[in-house]
Amino acid sequence: MFYREAGEFSTSYRDDAQTFPIAFDRRRYYLVLAVGFGVIPFFINDYWANAVLIPFLVWSMAALGLNILTGYCGQVSLGTGGFMAVGAYSCYKLMTAFPGLNIVFCILLAGLITALVGVLFGLPSLRIKGFYLAVATLAAQFFFVWLFNKVPWFYNYSASGQINAPERTLLGVAITGPNADSAVKYLFCLAFVVGFAWIARNLTRGSVGRSWMAIRDMDIAAEIIGIDPYRAKLSAFGVSSFFVGVSGALFFGIYLGAVEVTEAFGINQSFLVLFMIIIGGLGSIFGSFAGAAFMVLMPVLLKNILVGGLDWDTAIATHFEFVIVGGLIIFFLIVEPHGISQLWRIIKEKLRLWPFPHDH
Amino acid sequence: MHEQLLFALEVSLNGLMTGVLYSLVALGFVLIFKASGVFNYAQGVMALFAALTLVGFQSGQVPFAHLINAVFGSNIHHFGWHLPVILSILLTLLVMVLLAVVIEKLVLKHLINQEPIVLFMATIGLAYFLEGFGDLMWGSEIKRLDVGIPQGISESIENFTFESLGYGFFIDRLDIVATAVAAVLVISLTVFSQYSRVGRALRAVADDHQAALSVGISLRYIWVVVWSVAGFVALVAGIMWGAKSGVQFSLSLIALKALPVLMLGGFTSIPGAIIGGLIIGVGEKLFEFLMGPLIGGATENWFAYVLALVFLVFRPQGLFGERIIERV
Amino acid sequence: MKLKTAVIVATAMSLCAPVAYAELVVPWLSYRTGPYSPSGIPAADGFADYFTLLNERDGGIGGVPVRVLDCETGYNTQKGVECYEATKGEGSLVYSPLSTGITYQLIPRATADGIPIHSMGYGRTAAADGTIFSHIFNFPAHYWDGASIAVKHILSLNDGDISGKKIGLVYHNSAYGKEPIRTLEEFSEKHGYELMLIPVDHPGQEQKSQWLEIRREKPDYLLMWGWGVMNAVAIQEAANIRFPMENFIGIWWSGSENDVLPVGERAHGYKALALHGVGNGFPVFDDLQKFVVDAGMAAGAGDQVGTVLYNRGMYGALLIAEAIKTAQEIHGVADITPAMMRDGMEALEITEEKMTALGLPNFGPAFAVSCENHGGNGIAMVQQWDAENGEWNIISDMIQSDKEIINRLIMEDSAAYAAENNIEPRC
Repeated sequence: MFYREAGEFSTSYRDDAQTFPIAFDRRRYYLVLAVGFGVIPFFINDYWANAVLIPFLVWSMAALGLNILTGYCGQVSLGTGGFMAVGAYSCYKLMTAFPGLNIVFCILLAGLITALVGVLFGLPSLRIKGFYLAVATLAAQFFFVWLFNKVPWFYNYSASGQINAPERTLLGVAITGPNADSAVKYLFCLAFVVGFAWIARNLTRGSVGRSWMAIRDMDIAAEIIGIDPYRAKLSAFGVSSFFVGVSGALFFGIYLGAVEVTEAFGINQSFLVLFMIIIGGLGSIFGSFAGAAFMVLMPVLLKNILVGGLDWDTAIATHFEFVIVGGLIIFFLIVEPHGISQLWRIIKEKLRLWPFPHDH
Repeated sequence: MHEQLLFALEVSLNGLMTGVLYSLVALGFVLIFKASGVFNYAQGVMALFAALTLVGFQSGQVPFAHLINAVFGSNIHHFGWHLPVILSILLTLLVMVLLAVVIEKLVLKHLINQEPIVLFMATIGLAYFLEGFGDLMWGSEIKRLDVGIPQGISESIENFTFESLGYGFFIDRLDIVATAVAAVLVISLTVFSQYSRVGRALRAVADDHQAALSVGISLRYIWVVVWSVAGFVALVAGIMWGAKSGVQFSLSLIALKALPVLMLGGFTSIPGAIIGGLIIGVGEKLFEFLMGPLIGGATENWFAYVLALVFLVFRPQGLFGERIIERV
Repeated sequence: MKLKTAVIVATAMSLCAPVAYAELVVPWLSYRTGPYSPSGIPAADGFADYFTLLNERDGGIGGVPVRVLDCETGYNTQKGVECYEATKGEGSLVYSPLSTGITYQLIPRATADGIPIHSMGYGRTAAADGTIFSHIFNFPAHYWDGASIAVKHILSLNDGDISGKKIGLVYHNSAYGKEPIRTLEEFSEKHGYELMLIPVDHPGQEQKSQWLEIRREKPDYLLMWGWGVMNAVAIQEAANIRFPMENFIGIWWSGSENDVLPVGERAHGYKALALHGVGNGFPVFDDLQKFVVDAGMAAGAGDQVGTVLYNRGMYGALLIAEAIKTAQEIHGVADITPAMMRDGMEALEITEEKMTALGLPNFGPAFAVSCENHGGNGIAMVQQWDAENGEWNIISDMIQSDKEIINRLIMEDSAAYAAENNIEPRC
C-alpha cells in the first residue's frame, strides 16, 4: 500500500533521476524536513539543543563521512577523531586569523583542508588492505592529537592549550560563542547536515559512488572492468575527510565551543563513529543517521530513564547503562547483522504489501 | 659518544622488555583471530575483567556488593577471607572459561557465517557489556594487585653492567618475569597447538572452517576452547600490567598498545605477535630517545603506528601474516 | 521510532517537573565510572555526605534543605555538557565539574546563563581574575599557586638557594598537565634552577622512556602534574629507579591514596601538595559518623570517609555551604538564586574561627574572595605518605605562593581571553 511503485510514471528524465523517486517516500522526507526546519526550532530548549539534537547532527555528519569511506568504498578508517581535530583546528585558525571571514566559509575551508590531509593519509590504501589499512588512519589519529597538543601555533599560544570559538555571526545573528541562541545553532547544523546528506546521497548513486562500491565489492575485478582504483580510493578518502572535517568544525565551533584535543578528539571518538556506521548500516545514508541516533541518544535516554525516571544511584545506573548498551548492540546484530538500515528496508518491503500480503 | 651508545643500548633493552608486555596483550587477539576470524575488540576489557576477578577472589570481595547494598539496604563488602594466589588464579580461570561458554552460547552461535565486521561489532557490544558488568560486580575503585611478582630495579644486572661497561643498566625485575612468562606461554601454546588433539583441531579450524566442519570438528567447541585460552592470556596480561599500575578501568586501554603490534606482526601469527611487539617496543623507545628531545617528547603513541605503517607498505599482510591471495 | 520519541519526551517532562517546595540545589558532576573513577568516587561521596550532614543536623542551610544533584559524566566533556544542560533548569546554584576539560566547556556557557562555577584547585587558572571571569571561582588555590608552593617547599629544604639545581616536571600531556610550565619557567629565571620537562601521554600506563631519561639526567627534584593511572605508574617507576621519594612532589591531584596504595611500601616518603587537612581526626567527622554514616545515609559505599579526595569533596561542599550562608546574609533571603549565590561567593571570607566552629580547625587556610580576586590567597601545605601506617601526614605549615609573579601571569592570560571574547573588565 505504502511505497507503491505502481502508478508512478516519470514523464521526464529529471523526474526519473530525482533523489527520491517514490512519491510517498518523497513526501515523507519533505515532512521530516518541514518538522526539522519549521517546527522543532520553535519548541527547542537549551537541553534539547545542546545535549541531544546538536550532538546528534554533528555525529551524523561524521558518520556520513566515514560511511562514504568504509561503507561505500570498503576502506576501514580509525582516524575519524584525528580528522575531526584537523577540521576543528583549521576552523579555529581560520576564525582567528581572518575575523572577517564568514563562518560558513571557515567551516567549508576547514573541510577542504581536512580533505587534502585525508587524501595524504589515504595514499597507503593503494597498497595496504583490510584491517591492516587501519594502521595508516590510526597513525593519523595519534599523530594529529600529538601535533595539536605539542605545537603552540595551532592553539594560538594560549596558556592552557585549549581552543575557544570566538563569537561569529551570520546575517547579524550569533552562530558561535556563548551568546548564540540554541535554536539558531540547531538550524545552522541542520542546514549543513541536510545539505551534505543530499550531496552524499547523490554522490553515492552517481558514477563516483558506483566506482566506490565496485572497489568495495572486489577491487581487482573493478580494476579489470576499467575503474581506476587510485582515483576511486583517493576520492573516497578526500570526500569522506571533507565531511569529517566539517563535522569536526561544527563539533568545535557550534556544539562545544571550547575543546582540548587530547580529550575531545581521542581514539574513542574514532571508534564511536565506526560503531555508529556498523550499527546503523554500512553503505546507507539513513544508516548513518540511525547509528548516530543509537550511539548518542541511547545513553542519554537510558540515563534519563534510570536516574531521572527510576531514581537509581548514578553509579549503578551508569554501569547498567553500559551493560544495556552492550547487550542491545549484540541483540541488534543477532536480529539484523546488517544494521538498523536493513531493518528499515525490511519494514519498507513489508509496508509495500501491507495490508494485502499477496498483492504482488 | 660512548656514553650515548650505552644509553641507547639500555633504552633498546628496556624497549625489548616493554615489547614483550605489548605482545602479551596482542597474543590474545591473535589466538581468537586465527581460530575464528574475529577481531576481538573486548580483549582489553577481558584483561581488566580477569584482573578484577583475581583481586576480588584474593581479597574475598563480595561480588555485586554495591548492587546488593543499594537494593537491600545492607552493608556487605567482604567475606573476610584471603585466598592464596594459586587458588584465586584457578578460580579466575574457571570464571574465564565460564565467560567463554556464555559468549559462545549467547553471541557467537548466532553469528556464524557473518562478515568479519559484524563479528567485530559484536565484540564491541561485548566490551561495553563487560565494562559495566565488571564494575557492577567488583566496584570501580582502584585495587592493588599483589601476586608476589618482584618489582624494582634488578641490582645484579645493574652491578654487572656497571663493572663491565661503566654504566649500570636499569632493568625492571617485573619485566624479566614478564619475559619469562611470555616465553613459557608461547612455548606451551605452540606445543598445545602442534601436539595435542584439540590443538590440531584448532589449527584445522584456523585453516578452513568448512573443511574442518566436514571432517567432524565441532566449531562451537573449538570456539569455547579458543575464547578460554584467550581469557587465560588476558589474565596473564592483566596480572603483568595490573602489577604496574593497580587494577582499575585504565587497564582495559592496554589493548591500544597491542594494535600496532598486531598490524605489524600480522593478525594470524603467534611468533608475529612476539616479534612485532619487540620491534614496536624497541622502535618507539629508541625514537623517543633520539628524537624526543628535538621534537618535544611523548612521541611513542603515534610513532608505533608510523613504524607499523612503514613495515606494512613493504609487506601488506604483516611480517608473518598469511600471504593474501586475490582471485577475481 | 515514534515510541522512542514519546519515551524521551515523557522522561524529559518528568525531569523538568516544577519543584513545589524551597530547596537549595547544588549539582555535582561526578564520575563514578571510567578511567578516573577511583578519584571521582571519594570526591563525590565527600561532597554529598557533607550536605547530608547539614540537612540532618542543622535542617539545611538557613532552614532550607540542600539537594545535591549528582550527575554522572564519566569524565567525558560531552556528557558534562549534557549534565549541565539537564540540571541548570532546576535552579542550580553553583557547578563543581571536577574536571579541567568540563570546566573550560562551562566557562562561557555558565557565564552566559549567570550561574557560578567553583573549580576548586583545577580548571582555568586565569579565572582567578574576577574582573574578566565574573562567574568563575577557583579558590582557595589554583595550579600556578601549586607550582609556586612546590618551588617554595624545595627552597625551604635548601635554605633558600636552589640555583644550579635541576627540577623535573612529569606531566600529563594535556591542557591540565601543561598548566604549570609557564609559571615554572618564570620561577626558574628568578631562582636559577634548571627546568626539565617530561611529558607523559594519556593514559600513562607505560612510562619507561620517561623514567629512563630521568635516571640518566638525574634531576634533584621532581614535580608531578598527573591524573588517574599515570600517578600510580609514575610513583612505581620512581621507586624502580630508586629516585629519592622525599624529592618527588605531586600536585594535589597526584596525592591521594589511589596513587600510592598500588605501589605498596615502596611509595613511602612520597610528597604531594595538600589543599586541606588529611585524615578523619577532625571534630566534624564525629558528626558525620553519627548523622550520616551510622544513619545509613552515606553516599556510595560509605567506605571512603577520611581519604584525601573524600576530604577534597567535603571541603568543596563546605566552601559552597559557607558561600550560601554569606549569600543568605547579604540578600536576607533563605532560598537564594544563582545570581545571589555569585554575590555570596564573591563576598566569601573564611577565617580560622569559622573553620574551628565548623569542626575543622586548621583544615584549610583562611582567605577572602573579592570582586577582583576569585582565587583566594593561594595557600597550601605539603603532605607526605607514610606507607607503614598507610596514611598521609601534613609536614609543612601553610605556604603562601609567590603572588607577585603569578598575578602578572594571570593578568596576561585573562587579558588575552578578554580580547578574544570582547569582555569589558568589571569591578
